[in-house]
Amino acid sequence: MNVILISLLTLGILGAVAATILFLTAKKFYVYQDPLIDQVQAVLPAANCGACGFAGCSGFANACVSATSLDALLCPVGGNAVMQNVSAILGKTSSEAVPKVAVLRCAGTCEHRPQTNLYNGAKRCSIAHNLYSGETGCSFGCIGFGDCELACTFGAISINAATQLPEIDENKCTSCGACVKACPKMLLEIRKKGAENHRIYVACRNEEKGGIARKSCSAACIGCSKCQKVCDFEAISINNNLAFIHDDKCTLCGKCVETCSTKAIVEFKLKVESL
Amino acid sequence: MHTFRIGGIHPKENKLSAGKTIIRAEIPPQVVISLSNHTGAPAKAVVEKGDTVRVGQIIGEANGFISANVHSSVSGKVSKIDSQPDVSGRKQLAVFIDVEGDEWLETIDRSPDIISQCNFTKEEILAKIKNAGIVGLGGATFPAHVKLSPPPDKKANILIINGVECEPYLTCDHALMLCHADEILIGVTIIMKVLDVKRAVIGIENNKKDVIAHLSKLAKNYQGIEIQALKTKYPQGGEKQLIDAVIRRQVPSGKLPIEVGAVVQNVATVFAIYQAVQKNKPLFERVMTITGKDAQNPGNYLVRIGVNLSAIVAQAGGIPETTEKIIAGGPMMGRAVASLDTPAVKGSAGILFINNEQAQRKEAANCIRCSKCVNACPMGLEPYLLMTQSENSLWDKMETNHVMDCMECGCCSYVCPSNRPILDYVRYGKTTVGGIIRGRK
Repeated sequence: MNVILISLLTLGILGAVAATILFLTAKKFYVYQDPLIDQVQAVLPAANCGACGFAGCSGFANACVSATSLDALLCPVGGNAVMQNVSAILGKTSSEAVPKVAVLRCAGTCEHRPQTNLYNGAKRCSIAHNLYSGETGCSFGCIGFGDCELACTFGAISINAATQLPEIDENKCTSCGACVKACPKMLLEIRKKGAENHRIYVACRNEEKGGIARKSCSAACIGCSKCQKVCDFEAISINNNLAFIHDDKCTLCGKCVETCSTKAIVEFKLKVESL
Repeated sequence: MHTFRIGGIHPKENKLSAGKTIIRAEIPPQVVISLSNHTGAPAKAVVEKGDTVRVGQIIGEANGFISANVHSSVSGKVSKIDSQPDVSGRKQLAVFIDVEGDEWLETIDRSPDIISQCNFTKEEILAKIKNAGIVGLGGATFPAHVKLSPPPDKKANILIINGVECEPYLTCDHALMLCHADEILIGVTIIMKVLDVKRAVIGIENNKKDVIAHLSKLAKNYQGIEIQALKTKYPQGGEKQLIDAVIRRQVPSGKLPIEVGAVVQNVATVFAIYQAVQKNKPLFERVMTITGKDAQNPGNYLVRIGVNLSAIVAQAGGIPETTEKIIAGGPMMGRAVASLDTPAVKGSAGILFINNEQAQRKEAANCIRCSKCVNACPMGLEPYLLMTQSENSLWDKMETNHVMDCMECGCCSYVCPSNRPILDYVRYGKTTVGGIIRGRK
């Protein structure tokens, strides 16, 4: 009987002492954290992708709470819906963000861009890019081993077996930009999604002179500047034999698409699937 | 017999063109001389379209501390200065010259006499080496004048000459040592004078017994030069491995050979230095090995820099029909070429034809933790670990595991029983980590 009593007492006293110490230290070293941060974090998507520019969702929540205005802050994954929730919690206004999506600036399918050599090293774009210019005559085009597919945490990118190019699922893409960083050829770009997914862009990054570019890929931009001349809104610039359409100026009139002789300018129009 | 102590492998030697003499390759109607013929900043073109140039005339000036001059290898007219893909398909600025005759600069001594007396001072010799655009011809193409000017607080006490040629198939250094032994030995004395060292060792692998015998006989006439036969093992031609094999000293991680008092030069570089100093001849030609199991006429060719690789191959009997892959350099460290339509550069040691059977990589399987790669790594690294870290983008861990010490010799991939592409991943990690380290500065 004594044995039980002694052990109960010793353990009880030990427990009580430890609890007091813990209680006092917690009081002494208490760090105040705005309860709003937790509330904001609760409405964020918890993808921790870093697309907002902060280290994870908690970093973004912290920034939202300490910022005076939410104008410069956007969670690309959650989009406007999440930002409205955040502004409701914080009582700050947020500006309407334009939805964006990743696009592939290469149209070099197998038929446009014949294979000139065969690579049999490790099947990663970054490694192949490290070694040489690629399996076709075009040293700017897509390698097609799917580093972007690996980088995408939302499963929005898949490599099409027929074209050997990645395809981006409009509904899944959150424009977080992970693929942009993963592509060693810098072929992916975050662009305005456009109304009804309507957008126009140059699907090429070949900076060679026209003749050489055309020789390696029949869908290459040859820098002929026809599109620049036909554009009424000065939305197209040409640098290093390569056209670029600025999506802030483009009105999606489609004139450049008609005039492009190599069909390097792509017009994309897709009905949004209702879920 | 000595060799380096850590790791290493012994692949089949396949030295098909061993002992063959050097054949002078013909000059095609046009040559394309790249301005990035060396490690470091590309040279700056000093000729313009329409200029006439002669053999040995400077066409590109060194542009920065680590850079080298580039000289015309032919006489003729500059047709354009434009970009040209190198063996990897990357664009480099190059000078295109239409060949007219073969007119050399008068300053170049073209007589076959061997000049053994060298009365130049150390500074004069270094200036000659720099002007001649000499780079390390063992493969790294590092400018030779930079290597021969160690920092003032470091003193070299031994010169080691790399006559190892550990790469299978390649025999260009072998041929050079057989045909130009005296010139090489004079070159060694010139470098000894520059570095102010009393001792020089020429390390040669024991599979070149004829060279060892020939050089040992001649070396008796020169003071302080020893010939050391080494056990055949790859990658003995690596600078740090050769130092370990010859003087039993290990270069610390991340440090240069001068740290242990050694300077290493390749035999081909030594020959080029002899020609630059004694004959006023800039570096515009080198010996290349054209070889392969099915090659009709494997041999060693004296090739002018800038000659199209396909033109050289045509002279050597063309591409064998069974060829699946063509490698610029040796089979271990060379690179598969994207196109043969590229010019020869100072670093081109050979062209190797690989047939269908040899070219295919086998399917990679899982790592079975057999540690063969760890035993084979001559730098004492853990390749299997570095590969996993590279796959998972753990760059900081790769750095602490000394990925920057990797010299990309490929022993790890060679021994892997699971055929894993270890080197591919480690090389990628090394490039990325190197970029991160440069970014910090």
